Amino acid sequence: MLNNITFGQYFPADSFVHKMDARFKLLMTFALIVFAFVAFNFASLGLVAVFTVFVLLLTKIPLKMYFRTLKTIFIFILISAVLNIFYVTDGTLLFSYGIIRIYTGGILRAVFVAVRIVLLILISAVLTYTTTPTSLTDAIESLLKPLSKIGIDTHTFAMMMTIALRFIPTLIEETDKIMSAQKARGADMENGGLIKKIKSVIPILIPLLVSSIRRAKELADAMECRCYHGGKGRTRLKVLKAGRRDVVATISVCVLLTGIILLNIFI
Amino acid sequence: MSVIKTENLCYTYSENTPFEKGAIKDINIEIQQGDFIGIIGHTGSGKSTLVQHFNGLLKPTAGKIYVDGEDVWEKPKEIMKLRFKVGLVFQYPEYQLFDETVESDIAFGPKNMGLPEDEIQQRVIDAAKIVGLPEKLLKKSPFDLSGGEKRRAALAGILAMRPEVLVLDEPTAGLDPIGRDTILDRISEYRAQSGTTVLLVSHSMEDVAKVTEKVLVMNNSRVAMYDTVENVYSRAEELAKIGLNVPHVTRIFMALKQKGFPVNDKVFTVDQAAQQLLPLLKKEGK
Repeated sequence: MLNNITFGQYFPADSFVHKMDARFKLLMTFALIVFAFVAFNFASLGLVAVFTVFVLLLTKIPLKMYFRTLKTIFIFILISAVLNIFYVTDGTLLFSYGIIRIYTGGILRAVFVAVRIVLLILISAVLTYTTTPTSLTDAIESLLKPLSKIGIDTHTFAMMMTIALRFIPTLIEETDKIMSAQKARGADMENGGLIKKIKSVIPILIPLLVSSIRRAKELADAMECRCYHGGKGRTRLKVLKAGRRDVVATISVCVLLTGIILLNIFI
Repeated sequence: MSVIKTENLCYTYSENTPFEKGAIKDINIEIQQGDFIGIIGHTGSGKSTLVQHFNGLLKPTAGKIYVDGEDVWEKPKEIMKLRFKVGLVFQYPEYQLFDETVESDIAFGPKNMGLPEDEIQQRVIDAAKIVGLPEKLLKKSPFDLSGGEKRRAALAGILAMRPEVLVLDEPTAGLDPIGRDTILDRISEYRAQSGTTVLLVSHSMEDVAKVTEKVLVMNNSRVAMYDTVENVYSRAEELAKIGLNVPHVTRIFMALKQKGFPVNDKVFTVDQAAQQLLPLLKKEGK
């Protein structure tokens, strides 16, 4: 595959974050997500926000791309925020109509929740935008390695994930092609009731299923022809290596954690 | 009258992302009723993208396309009618077969047109006959057919819609020589009988020379040449520059002419070559 672009999500750029070891990136993404939940007050959440924005800028990916991710789940953010408005009864009463009562505490809570969700999305977007799926699965395999001690086949698991990810774009392309072909025969996928819509999926699903099975067979043959026999004694072309970058990143995340704890306690 | 006309037609894939890629640029062509046109060009030259505009599968990012004199995208709701007017057979169409029997698969298009049952029946039988599928295969599952039969069944699925314009995207790709000849013969025969406008996308100069009358050469997303087969193929050097070679026979005849043999170098098929060579050999023999 050209340039390892196998997933629509990956956004190539030459940046500090792109060059980090995928394992560290993965762990740090988890850490930041946990931090966003651990931050109790606006001060500590603000600190996480500042750090996240700093990371976003570090990735050298146009901020437009991040906005686009946010846009797709804007409704979800809105609903969670609005629900919180009605559940909190702290602070002064701002507005009341029948059973609807809105307090200042509710508004603050809504903003807090919205910011938290936005941060969660941005943090995970950084991971998927800056890491190719292959290095991500490599990282997962490497991090799961201890599990192989208790008899879990981590290599096969990672290989399955790699193959699944690798074939997502292929499948999308294939679906597109089959859809176009059926549309050329007058298939109507937009109009009609539920039953008609379900029926209209069949001409796409069956050819897709047939070709997926064919593809799986071909891939298995191709792998066997190249003597693939599982993970035993297998070495890698690209070995994940932690560098100075990762140390710097780890230290800054640790500093961030300290900051959050201090802000949580003292403010 | 022109059936299809384009004005500065452009299409860009993944607009406004780093993967942005112009597939076709500034296409201005006119296709006349009854034309048999070969569309030729390299992989990635934009042939397939271009033909997907003819039945409204792709919406141009700039420019206009007219079918039967009407702007296709003026009334987007009527795009379905266009799909039946311009029948598009995709590359490897056998991968679109899905129904239980070959018969019902061929009937998919006519059914979507909302035709009465007996009319559909008739069209299925006719279409199968045109592509040379024996009637006993109609009751079989499409997945039990051979590769060439599958391809012909898929082709019949489009023919059964009786489109005014038939567009075929690489209909012979991946077939053996016999399968290739069968498909091409069937298409030419159908075209001769029905007078349908046919567009044949291909990268084989031989195939195009064998059946079509005009050639549209695509290069780097643009139209490089659009003329009769004879005129386009006589520009062998220009074609070579964009990586297209005129058929072997043509090259042989060009070389013969250069050596001073009294032959015409406008020879594009083996049959034409035989016609030229026979009298020559008879003369030499005397």
